[in-house]
Amino acid sequence: MLKCRTVWRKLAPLARASSTVCRQNVRRTGLTHGRLPAQVPAAHMSTGPTGGGRENQLYFLLVGVTCVGAGVYAYRTVKGDQLRYQDRIDEISSRQEKFNTENSDTPSESEPVLAAESVEATETQVVPKPEPQAEPVPESEAEPSPEPQAEPLPEEPSPPVPDAEVEAPSETTEPPLGESTPVSLKVPSHTPYLLIGGGTASFAAARSIRARDPDAKVLIVTDEPDLPYMRPPLSKELWFSDDPSVTETLRFKQWNGKERSIYFQPASFYINPEELEGAENGGVAVLTGRKVVHMDVRGNKVKLDDDTEISYDKCLIATGGVPRNLQVMERAGEEVMKRTTLFRKVDDFKSLDKVSRNIKSITIIGGGFLGSELACALGRRSNDSGLEVIQMYPEKGNMGKVLPEYLSNWTTEKVKREGVKIISEALVKSVTCKDDKVEILLKDGRLVKTDHIVAAVGLEPNVDLAKSAGLEVDSDFGGFRVNAELQARSNIWVAGDAACFYDIRLGRRRVEHHDHAVVSGRLAGENMTGANKPYWHQSMFWSDLGPDVGYEAIGIVDSSLPTVGVFAKATSKDTPRAATEKSGTGIRSESETEDTATSPVASSTPAPSVEQHRDDYGKGVIFYLRDKVVVGIILWNVFNRMPIARKIIKDGEEHADLNEVAKLFNIHED
Amino acid sequence: MSYCRQEGKDRIIFVTKEDHETPSNAELIAEDPDDPYEEQGLILPNGDINWNCPCLGGMASGPCGSQFKEAFSCFHYSKEEVKGSECIDNFRNMQECMQRYPELYPQEEEKESSPQADSDSGSASAAPPESSTLTPETDSTPGPDNTLPTDNQTVS
Repeated sequence: MLKCRTVWRKLAPLARASSTVCRQNVRRTGLTHGRLPAQVPAAHMSTGPTGGGRENQLYFLLVGVTCVGAGVYAYRTVKGDQLRYQDRIDEISSRQEKFNTENSDTPSESEPVLAAESVEATETQVVPKPEPQAEPVPESEAEPSPEPQAEPLPEEPSPPVPDAEVEAPSETTEPPLGESTPVSLKVPSHTPYLLIGGGTASFAAARSIRARDPDAKVLIVTDEPDLPYMRPPLSKELWFSDDPSVTETLRFKQWNGKERSIYFQPASFYINPEELEGAENGGVAVLTGRKVVHMDVRGNKVKLDDDTEISYDKCLIATGGVPRNLQVMERAGEEVMKRTTLFRKVDDFKSLDKVSRNIKSITIIGGGFLGSELACALGRRSNDSGLEVIQMYPEKGNMGKVLPEYLSNWTTEKVKREGVKIISEALVKSVTCKDDKVEILLKDGRLVKTDHIVAAVGLEPNVDLAKSAGLEVDSDFGGFRVNAELQARSNIWVAGDAACFYDIRLGRRRVEHHDHAVVSGRLAGENMTGANKPYWHQSMFWSDLGPDVGYEAIGIVDSSLPTVGVFAKATSKDTPRAATEKSGTGIRSESETEDTATSPVASSTPAPSVEQHRDDYGKGVIFYLRDKVVVGIILWNVFNRMPIARKIIKDGEEHADLNEVAKLFNIHED
Repeated sequence: MSYCRQEGKDRIIFVTKEDHETPSNAELIAEDPDDPYEEQGLILPNGDINWNCPCLGGMASGPCGSQFKEAFSCFHYSKEEVKGSECIDNFRNMQECMQRYPELYPQEEEKESSPQADSDSGSASAAPPESSTLTPETDSTPGPDNTLPTDNQTVS
């Protein structure tokens, strides 16, 4: 207060001389009021050289405001310190546990000291200092101990703080005494980067953020119990594993023999949520089993299902989706639902694996990627177990919505050879449970009796937060509507299955593939750290239907578009297995790193000439056209050429002769 | 000889090897190496390191990310005769950090990281790899030896 007065006295003569300037400054300094209480009063004072009484009032007003400002600042600092202190104590106590197992005599010494301290727990000043000293780890405590001690002194006037302080000691006495009890999961109240959803897109974003923003603190909140994992193996590689404990380990062996887990990173990569705030170099923390139920966009915070609130600076929504179900199934009753799997998560894989070993017949409804892959995987098992595998769908052939008809029919024949009974053009009318068997009645009168159903009829994007957040939902494609930079609002991005975004080349779309989740997650992470890049790098996807049929695709691959297919005959070298064995990678799509396609036309030694058989679509390239421009490409049993395909789509040119374009792929070579 | 067929809106062409022997006359638009939208390789056009390059796997983003960045930056900008000779401390810090997370950084591989990274940066500046990938932390050998399978990588 005195300092303020002297400052004012010194500055007032000077300030009065430049009163107009100061009058303008008042408005500006008003905005920074809370931060510089010592300087603002001087500016204010200079605006009104009107008279003694007025000055006095202004003076008191300023002093009062200054005190309040200082009080608020100090209160906030103490609160922050308490949180840090609390974290510190928790960390120390966990260290204390380890230390105690080594030195058995020190705990007995420290405990009576602590007991003495706990008696004084009600006294706010004394406790914080001696308690840390009692810890067997001396020097690291020197830092936090003076801080909590210094703070209590100025805090006596403000009421809420002593209560908070009393709480702190009582809490901290607990961990050192009850050493074996684990620290309870304390959720940080604020995180700079909040990622809602713990799937592929979220993990890709987390990695991107950490790479670009040094020491970034990233919190992932997921309602699943698992750490981020990749989905493709759940319907492919995991089923081909010879390991009987695969449902526990979730490890799979790739074609090249190398084994890996479906989890992107082991648990040691992540830090605990409660350590996030204090982590010096930041980190990625995953909060599992919690769902975000409400989003307050104006307040930049979310609320979890247990009423915890977390505020953020930047937020990513990567909530993915939930499997769709047929309406007839939903109406079918509980007995049918018990015998139905909606396949998406790890738990679904585990339960389906178990179920499929104990039943005689299983039916998969759906002829798309997931349905066909599961049918092939289960069909393979049927050779050993005698399991009847049925696949039914409304289209004429497998992948009917993706592949042109001739190719879809060809694929269907291959799937049949994997041991799957195909029922095409099947529309389900009703499903009932009779005599412990499920009966599916089709609209054309056919009746299918089976033990278990897997429904693979699409994904419903999860837009639960749209309502509370006031975010736009796309009516054509579903999902959150975002711009080309994946942004929904200034601090909110959306990536993965749930994002309906604007693709500069191909228009507005929503993509439900793994690589897209990676690409969009990475892009969102880059944009959250200031990159401002649009969706540009086209994502791709792939599918294997048994060991003989595999393809990679990019862009818009919709069977309703006109297509041009250029084929050669496949030799035994052109199979998915051969491709991965050669390139030495597991998941085929990444074998592309081996090449740098600097020149589009690769020249190589001529392969032995191949006999041309009609109507055998062994390998080739299929172009999907929209207004004479190639918008999608499938590489059919032709691998490691995705960069060329990507380039053609990126160019977006009209090509007169697509056979010439097909030459770029060199389909006759390996 | 090539053989062509039309099935509704879909056209099917069968080609022999000879048909495809003549070079293609399809025109592709020339690439702009400085295009900001494109996925950058390991080294950005201005000479900086692209920490988000998929080729690095998760090295720059994991628990030892900051140590890795320091060590690799020091190495990259090193002008000594023996490149990186003054960066021993940084690399030691990185190694110490990595030893604390053996699950993420298997010990026998991580010694390869610096020389591999150098060879990768050489090839990368010539033809920037275009990738989208999530290689796990365990793959500490960035570059063409990236054999640990993950989900996706593409190169142009």
